[in-house]
Amino acid sequence: MKSYFSELFTGGWSLILGLKVTIKSLFSPIVTVQYPREKLEITPNYRGHIDLVKDPENGSHKCITCGSCMRECPSDCIVIEGEKREGVKGKVLTVFTLDFTKCSLCGACVEACPTDALDYSNEYELAGEARSDFYFDILKRVEERK
Amino acid sequence: MEILNSILPELIRIVICAVCGAVIVFGNALVMGYAERKLAGHFMLRPGPMEVGFHGIIQLVVDGLKLMGKQLVVPAKADKPLFMLAPILAFAPVFIPLLVIPFSDKLQGFDLDVGLLLILAVASINVLAILIGGWGSNNKYSLFGAFRSVAQNVAYEIPMLISLLAIVFMTNTFSLREIAAAQSPVWFVILQPLAFLIYIVAMVAETNRAPFDLPEAESELTAGFHTEYSGMSFSLFVLGEYANMFIVCSIATVFFLGGDSGIPLPYFEYSGAIWFLAKVYALMFFLVWIRWTYPRTRFDQLMNFCWKYLIPFSLVNLLITVVMVKLI
Amino acid sequence: MNVDVLEDERHHRFVLNMGPQHPSTHGVLRVLLELEGEYAMSLQPVLGYGHRCHEKIAEYKPAKSFMPNTARMDYLGALIYNHGYAQLLEKATGIEAPQRAEYIRVITSELNRIQSHLLWYGAYLLDLGAFTPIMYSFDDREHILDILEDVTGSRLTYCYYRVGGVCRDIDDKFIAGTRQFIDRLRSRFPMYEDLVNGNVILQNRLNGIGDLTPQTCARYGVTGPLLRGTGVAYDMRRAEPYSVYPEFDFEIPTETKGDCMASFLVRFREMEQSLRIIEQALDRLPEGPIMAAKVPKKLKIPAGDYNSSVEAPRGELSYYLVADGSDTPYRLKVRTPSYSNLSVVSEQCAGMLLSDVVSAMGSLDLVIPEIDR
Repeated sequence: MKSYFSELFTGGWSLILGLKVTIKSLFSPIVTVQYPREKLEITPNYRGHIDLVKDPENGSHKCITCGSCMRECPSDCIVIEGEKREGVKGKVLTVFTLDFTKCSLCGACVEACPTDALDYSNEYELAGEARSDFYFDILKRVEERK
Repeated sequence: MEILNSILPELIRIVICAVCGAVIVFGNALVMGYAERKLAGHFMLRPGPMEVGFHGIIQLVVDGLKLMGKQLVVPAKADKPLFMLAPILAFAPVFIPLLVIPFSDKLQGFDLDVGLLLILAVASINVLAILIGGWGSNNKYSLFGAFRSVAQNVAYEIPMLISLLAIVFMTNTFSLREIAAAQSPVWFVILQPLAFLIYIVAMVAETNRAPFDLPEAESELTAGFHTEYSGMSFSLFVLGEYANMFIVCSIATVFFLGGDSGIPLPYFEYSGAIWFLAKVYALMFFLVWIRWTYPRTRFDQLMNFCWKYLIPFSLVNLLITVVMVKLI
Repeated sequence: MNVDVLEDERHHRFVLNMGPQHPSTHGVLRVLLELEGEYAMSLQPVLGYGHRCHEKIAEYKPAKSFMPNTARMDYLGALIYNHGYAQLLEKATGIEAPQRAEYIRVITSELNRIQSHLLWYGAYLLDLGAFTPIMYSFDDREHILDILEDVTGSRLTYCYYRVGGVCRDIDDKFIAGTRQFIDRLRSRFPMYEDLVNGNVILQNRLNGIGDLTPQTCARYGVTGPLLRGTGVAYDMRRAEPYSVYPEFDFEIPTETKGDCMASFLVRFREMEQSLRIIEQALDRLPEGPIMAAKVPKKLKIPAGDYNSSVEAPRGELSYYLVADGSDTPYRLKVRTPSYSNLSVVSEQCAGMLLSDVVSAMGSLDLVIPEIDR
């Protein structure tokens, strides 16, 4: 009989404690962000898809077409092609594409690059309607950034 | 002609009452739908609807239009007549109790001598609607929701009735207006706190709201009895639910919180109605508050709570009341 | 799998198909329930809706390249899965990660564990019908994700550890942010206590539901908080210490009853212990390199078999590697905790009410991609 009433009171008290917590949050400021209207600043360390780094010296990129990133990539999503040109030492990069549908953002390519020509971009708003939206032409991107 | 003349005022009164009832039912659903979502948001530290209109104020109107535009999907193996009947049965009866609720001294559809009985009788139809809907949709989850709902509502009507009966013994009437008027010096919530508490718990269970929302427990039964309903038939259930909330809160206001009594506002004849609505919506706020605070109870615990705590307590309360009434 | 017509003595039972799209199976798990009234007389989990052949993929590419896949098995314990795999390859090749890297691994892994527990906490209460706590726990979890994003670059499926170390060093901002978070979460515990843990409805929903005994756990290979809830203090961080865990002072929380409430409390108290570990690791963080000096580009694994176990948020995680001397594993077997934990449900939940099945399955803290890896 005693436990019958004590259960009622301890139970009731626990319910009141819960109500206290929620009423306090009712009058606390909200913590969410109205995303497309307001945006939080993303950390510069964010790892988006890869991009070629702009080389300040020659105004272009630093890629030497060694193909390390292509070999190192676990999902084979990078394609690189280069060609020999008259008067230029080494190969010249002609194709650098990334199939972002397969990329798992592991960073192996960036770490494998001997000339630090690759870096992560900071883009995260990457929703698209077609698969082809995610076949990035990295070479074109670096040239457009001029 | 003479007959017509004699019943014409009554007819006009009925029409006006029906229109007012519809306004209350739909207006309440709009206000409560918006308030519930907004409050739920702020309880969860998020803003709730924000997109349509200033702070999402016309979100519910847009939602209503969307629901009207949606296709009414009837499952292939459902019992079609029952399936279509259930939402109507859940929605239609909610107008009747509104006729006898005294919003203020003058604002009342009809003052029946058996007002309370009428309300309780009509409110019970809701259970039938849920049972029919759950049975008719031929879905296992719906069926479970329906069964739970019937057991729960039937069980919780007992303590609800008994706790109200204590007030009826004190005032010696079933008429809502007289009960409200009987609380002129002190509200019955002070004289009958236990009955008030029991009524509040039973009221939450009667309207199938959390933490007693077992018929639609979405983590167990996906959506309970209205799993298969879409579009307007779904929204009729929701409209019915909000209207029922309004009705049970109104009864609580009439029986325990002094009905329309309150400090009269200057220059306004119907200030009682404002007090009445303020009390009703304060109770509704409480319903929303507990919904967004507690986890859901389990079915057997729900029934245990009813039979072990609520019914004995309400019976004892009734007994004490009767003795006191006799002695004083 | 098709549902067969039930035999004679069971023909009055009601077969309920819970999942693969059910709100409380948290993913594509399907459970076939045979009900008598609301009592679930028999349960049968049906798996395989999200199978991605991770173990087979491992046999087709260099061992180093499997690292991102480990994060995708258990998306909530990604760093801990990274940790186990990095450790496995380090064991196999004899590369040793520097001290600082090991400390960073412990700090980030424990943050990851807290993050996983916070998500479980919210999702479990959602199963039990409380909508608000998940928003509060997500609020806290968001802070961890921000901290980890700043150092690892991703928010959920991290690929941060490397064979021989970690790929980025932590800075003062990380340390300050983590310390701030520790204080914040500590100050939030009383709120959770008031809102949820002490709540009488929750107590009634969890106490005495889904009893497990150490014997049952041993038969099914149940590990993690469920096992610790039965009173067995089995935690890989203590049982087979790895990394730098032996240097820290922390408790293995245990409960004795073995019901849902026990594992609930164990998980809750584990968050506190993880905070203690992080605090100590931050205090003693050594200076130095974060990568081993010499990690060959082509990682040849000497022939033989290797095993590495770590304590994932849901229990014991083991990688078993058979190597044939090339840089590609001959066979990689992953022992994921949720798979074994799920197998106990048909025994644990038989004869329960439908609502209790939901609370018992929620207390297993299932991550379906880890089961269907």
